Amino acid sequence: MSWESVIGLEVHVQLATNSKIFSGAPTAFGAEPNTQACVVDLGLPGVLPVLNEEAVRMAVKFGLAIGAEIHPYSVFDRKNYFYPDLPKGYQISQFEQPIVGRGSLTVHVEGCEPQQVGITRAHLEEDAGKSIHDAYAGLTGIDLNRTGTPLLEVVSEPDLRTAAEAAAYFRQLHSLVRYLKICDGNLAEGSMRCDANVSVRRVGDPELGVRAEIKNINSFRFVEMAITYEIERQIELLESGGTVARDTRLYDAERNETRSMRSKELSNDYRYFPDPDLLPIELDQSFIDAVAADLPELPEAKLKRYVAQLELSDYDAAWLTQDPEVAEFFEAVFAQAGNAKLAANWVMGELSAALNKAELSIAESPVPAATLGELLQRIADGTVSGKIAKGLFDTLWQSGGDVDTIIASEGLQQVTDSGEIQAMVDEIVAANPDQVAQFLSGKDKVFGFFVGQVMKASKGKANPAQVNELLRAALKK
Amino acid sequence: MADIDIQHLANLAQLELSQQEISVVGEDLQRIMIMVDQMQAIDTSNVEPLAHPLDARQRLRPDQITETIERDLYQQGAPATADGLYLVPRVVE
Repeated sequence: MSWESVIGLEVHVQLATNSKIFSGAPTAFGAEPNTQACVVDLGLPGVLPVLNEEAVRMAVKFGLAIGAEIHPYSVFDRKNYFYPDLPKGYQISQFEQPIVGRGSLTVHVEGCEPQQVGITRAHLEEDAGKSIHDAYAGLTGIDLNRTGTPLLEVVSEPDLRTAAEAAAYFRQLHSLVRYLKICDGNLAEGSMRCDANVSVRRVGDPELGVRAEIKNINSFRFVEMAITYEIERQIELLESGGTVARDTRLYDAERNETRSMRSKELSNDYRYFPDPDLLPIELDQSFIDAVAADLPELPEAKLKRYVAQLELSDYDAAWLTQDPEVAEFFEAVFAQAGNAKLAANWVMGELSAALNKAELSIAESPVPAATLGELLQRIADGTVSGKIAKGLFDTLWQSGGDVDTIIASEGLQQVTDSGEIQAMVDEIVAANPDQVAQFLSGKDKVFGFFVGQVMKASKGKANPAQVNELLRAALKK
Repeated sequence: MADIDIQHLANLAQLELSQQEISVVGEDLQRIMIMVDQMQAIDTSNVEPLAHPLDARQRLRPDQITETIERDLYQQGAPATADGLYLVPRVVE
């Protein structure tokens, strides 16, 4: 009998505010330990939290982007637990009345139809600090810089059925928050962290199996690997007559396995209650409307527009819209070049390869979008051939410059003067009587040899269509 | 009458209680629970849950850095620090 896995993800999105959610301390990553934790973040006696308006705006923006209900009334609660990197002894979070209600996200898994994944809720909360366990004998070091950084916790429905779907959902969420500019999306710095709830059941069983929660996965690949491992572990356990224990696990990427976290063995009892230090958030419709008016074109809408209006393939459109910086670059190239397919091919091909090789992001491209657009414009209007354009691209990449100036100074214009091409064709035909004979005896393949010779004679500048046409005429004489 | 697990509550609150303290605290909490049970008996099905006794909404603060951080001063109250970190007894992970 076969098994079905049921997966839900909880993703912590670190909101890209300048200051903390409840204090005016900075949020920049990588500062010296404890130099970004003020008295509010340290939870010293007598301090009070004051809510950051931008964090609220970002949460609303996210809610609107996933088509969710925005709750005009929401409440902050205290989630109580002891851990040294949580100085107050509680985390300020939202429990019963979160700011964002039910919404959904369209997820694309390669080779499958687009899928709607339900999002149960998204709520605002503060991050905890960091514990450093290995550096001091018998002691744990605590850095509270991250304490109080605003998080939006996005909880999905258990709608995901495979590790690949879960990874695609995480990726789509990553793309969305970057479009919305509410998170820098830097996974290596922990700007998005994912907990996965995984269970398995017999196909057709209406009951859910016992689930394990894998904590703190911070890469797309690890999400897929950790869930794949966990599904297999649970199936093996059940097939050998065992039972799955409800527990919290950590993914060890080096060994590619999940392990039970002993410290979480005691059942969680967070004793949530409304935080008396914070009043309920009440949002006016005008606040929500203003955020709605400010929403950018979202990745899914952009993808559909690329397919419908620019006539790009689904694959190209998905590739180009995944990362907002790539989409922005592509649109700038297209605006200049006027040819969407050509712009797509170059951004996805030549440019992407060069960026990968140099390990640069598209925003760091030495060839600006406008310049690449001009180059493609010169291909489209026949000034240069595609082959010459590739060489020209290398020049622009290495040393910059102006497209038209380089074309003029290097004499790269495509030869479209039929008299000039005719002269080259005649010369090549006259110089190769053997090949002419072969061609006339029916060896069509030799035609390629002639094209190559003429292109070589023109240093790649002859217009290929004209070369073909004139060659055929000459050889048939 | 609610059955209160004092040891469990003590664990959650990180308190170490002697057997005698457990029985004293247990009796206190039982009395408090009697009062809570009385309140629980009131029909509140038509009452909006109260999140805060003040009839006001949360004020929002502009997203600006306003705090200066004096780490050395704050760390004077800590029993142990090193390299800018607070040091605490080892937490098993």
